[in-house]
Amino acid sequence: MDFSLSEEQTLLKDSLERFIQNDYDFDTRRKVMAGEEGFSRENWKQFAELGWLAVPFAEEDGGIGGGAIELMIVMEQLGRGLVVEPYLATVILAGGALKYAGNEAQKGAYLGAIIEGSKMGALAFAEPQSRFNLADVATTATADGDGYVLSGHKAVVLGGPSADFFVVSARTSGGPRDADGITLFLVDGDAAGLSRRDYPTVDGLRASEVTLDGVKVGADAVLGTVGGGHAVLEQVIDEATLAVGAEAVGGMEVCYKDTVEYSKQRVQFGQPIGKFQVLQHRMVDMFMEYEQAKSMMYLAAMRLDEGYGAVAKKAVSGFKVQVGKSGRFVGQQAVQLHGGMGMTEELNIGHYFKRLTMIDTTFGNVDFHLKRYGAV
Amino acid sequence: MDLALTDADLAFQAEVREFINTYWPEDVRRARATSSRFEESRGHSPEVRRWIDALNERGWAVPNWPQEWGGTDWNPTQKYIWDKETAKAECPQLSAFGARMLAPVLYTWGTDAQKNEFLPKIREERMIWCQGYSEPGAGSDLAGLATRAVREGDEYVVNGTKLWTSGAHVADWMFCLVRTESGAKKQEGISFLLIDMKTPGITVNPVYILGGIHSVNEVELKDVRVPVENLVGEENKGWTYAKGLLTHERTGIAGVARSEVQLARLKRIAQETGMDGGSLWDDPAFRTRVTELEVDLEALSVTELRVLAQVAQGGAPGPESSILKIRGTEIGQAIAMMTIEAFGYYGMPYPEQTLIDNEGPIGNPYVMPTMKGMLYGRASSIFGGSNEIQKNIISKAVLGL
Ligand SMILES: Cc1cc2nc3c(=O)[nH]c(=O)nc-3n(C[C@H](O)[C@H](O)[C@H](O)COP(=O)(O)OP(=O)(O)OC[C@H]3O[C@@H](n4cnc5c(N)ncnc54)[C@H](O)[C@@H]3O)c2cc1C
Repeated sequence: MDFSLSEEQTLLKDSLERFIQNDYDFDTRRKVMAGEEGFSRENWKQFAELGWLAVPFAEEDGGIGGGAIELMIVMEQLGRGLVVEPYLATVILAGGALKYAGNEAQKGAYLGAIIEGSKMGALAFAEPQSRFNLADVATTATADGDGYVLSGHKAVVLGGPSADFFVVSARTSGGPRDADGITLFLVDGDAAGLSRRDYPTVDGLRASEVTLDGVKVGADAVLGTVGGGHAVLEQVIDEATLAVGAEAVGGMEVCYKDTVEYSKQRVQFGQPIGKFQVLQHRMVDMFMEYEQAKSMMYLAAMRLDEGYGAVAKKAVSGFKVQVGKSGRFVGQQAVQLHGGMGMTEELNIGHYFKRLTMIDTTFGNVDFHLKRYGAV
Repeated sequence: MDLALTDADLAFQAEVREFINTYWPEDVRRARATSSRFEESRGHSPEVRRWIDALNERGWAVPNWPQEWGGTDWNPTQKYIWDKETAKAECPQLSAFGARMLAPVLYTWGTDAQKNEFLPKIREERMIWCQGYSEPGAGSDLAGLATRAVREGDEYVVNGTKLWTSGAHVADWMFCLVRTESGAKKQEGISFLLIDMKTPGITVNPVYILGGIHSVNEVELKDVRVPVENLVGEENKGWTYAKGLLTHERTGIAGVARSEVQLARLKRIAQETGMDGGSLWDDPAFRTRVTELEVDLEALSVTELRVLAQVAQGGAPGPESSILKIRGTEIGQAIAMMTIEAFGYYGMPYPEQTLIDNEGPIGNPYVMPTMKGMLYGRASSIFGGSNEIQKNIISKAVLGL
């Protein structure tokens, strides 16, 4: 049993920590968010140079062959910095689908570009009616000559506005919620018939409603096997669930530590509010929630690295249940204990609270993952 | 013990409903409830103005005030019916700072001149007030306030900074706690002043809260000259007046009827939200949690009735009214959170107003107002005496600890 990081993992962690510390303070983030794209291409270039965009990809594809633990390390730090660059969308979601299902030609065309930072992607899997059910796919892909014609509406596609390409789930056969019959397609961002409505999200990211209206793609756009997309999606989303969970753990760490600091400085009734025992206990609770979430994060990452199957799925769902509960508690209490200051746009705390709240409903809320945990 | 409504009560209820349907009809209600403009949803559209004018014409604008100043002769049941019905229809209320917080101080301790000048304008919502209590260094510990007022002839000269002043950017006047004497006890030496926001020396700076909402401000007061006739009651007794007023703030804050509306909306949204071919409402896990909230709310509702009954028998709401504030805000926050959860991924979009104006909302039209309400609602357990402070009050004043 060993919970310590290897030397390479420590180096990775250090490089992210340095970036967050030196180049991504709260003001910088705010400026970046106010820009047209809502993130910084400069930062993205730096991510590429530092090798972060290569983390989860195999060495033969130009990556560094990292696994779930490396992804966890990256996302935990990005979470601490509340980083808005679309790492999750491009590297973990779109990149993940390519990693697991792409053929040599597809990997050649996309992974290298992702790794060097020249292409961004997004995974368009959710639909207005689907909630968290990955098999609930109403978007259709109809065979047309050698290729397919795609039509449908993809909901809240994270990283959609900056995506050069999309990985789209569409139904090639089967009933509305059959796991079989879902196929993944690579679709160019400027494909005829694809339109997006872009918007900011409440937690500082960017997303799109993507409409596919008779989008024609060739047979070479099929990612993986025809009808076999669901299994790929499930694995990618599980990895992404670990990722947002790790992001939340990073956010919780900042929330509890900043709250402790604040409580030592803020004086009311002639003493630092941290002297009030009721607040001390509350902060202890925040700390415990953070630690519990961290334990489940390690478990999920290690299980995923052991191999993808029932045990890993269960660990991921267990982690997400814990993150949902802990993240909410820690975020809400951080705001509460900061008083009015916690409510302001100008302090970081409220922004962590918003992100933690939205992570709860990303890739399945507590109810969803409790059910899944019990079922697998 | 008896909960039944009499025939007279029922007739009154019908009268109230008809009035509401005439002046605050269904389409206006919906437009306001789905408005993504938070500030607007609190401000004065022509529809709101019409409603408030109608209230005044009918004599129903300020049911709780003494009759000589425009209050009604309703019994507690009628007041309860009124509150319920207006909340159910999400009728706009008079600005609480004037009508619910300042007015009781004025009709209890104000001079005749103050009553005559201010009460009618508050009742008709022709004068908007803000509450200048909190300061950077005086939040929960309000008595630690440092804004000073020094008497010079017929005027007070006020210097200091107020923080978190809701609506200061739209207010005509501010009621304000200032230090007039550095007494032995910090609660002594505080006075209650009425300040015209147009007085030279006042600067209002916006403070944006989560979601980019502008509702609170910092108010700087630099050599602001206030005529002595704007002092309420006696000098150095302001704390007593303000404390009475805070209890009023506390009962109103339970928001039972408002939570009932939000809960009904949450159920409707769950019914309209797809899940596995059916709706989210079919999900036993979600449904159980909503039902739990419903039971919590019912308990609170009866607790509130008990407090109101006590008030009706001539008692003032005592320290137990803190229960209403604590549980009311907890339940309100939980409902808002669950509604966001119900939206699933569609809880995330937070488009600019111009995008909504041009292309309509993204997902359910209730998403934006719910999100803004949820974010703002986090403050409900912080202002009006934080929930921690309320628990301190209960443990001390009720439990004797
Ligand atoms: C949206 C909003 C609108 C507002 N509108 C107004 C307004 O119109 N006018 C106005 O005057 N003020 C207004 N306020 C201010 C509000 O009343 C204060 O925020 C509140 O009194 C808390 O003070 P604080 O923010 O300084 O927090 P602090 O007092 O610093 O409290 C920080 C934390 O410490 C806790 N704490 C403090 N003392 C104790 C204790 N003894 N025991 C246990 N816990 C304790 C608090 O509960 C809180 O969790 C508003 C605030 C907000 C957020």
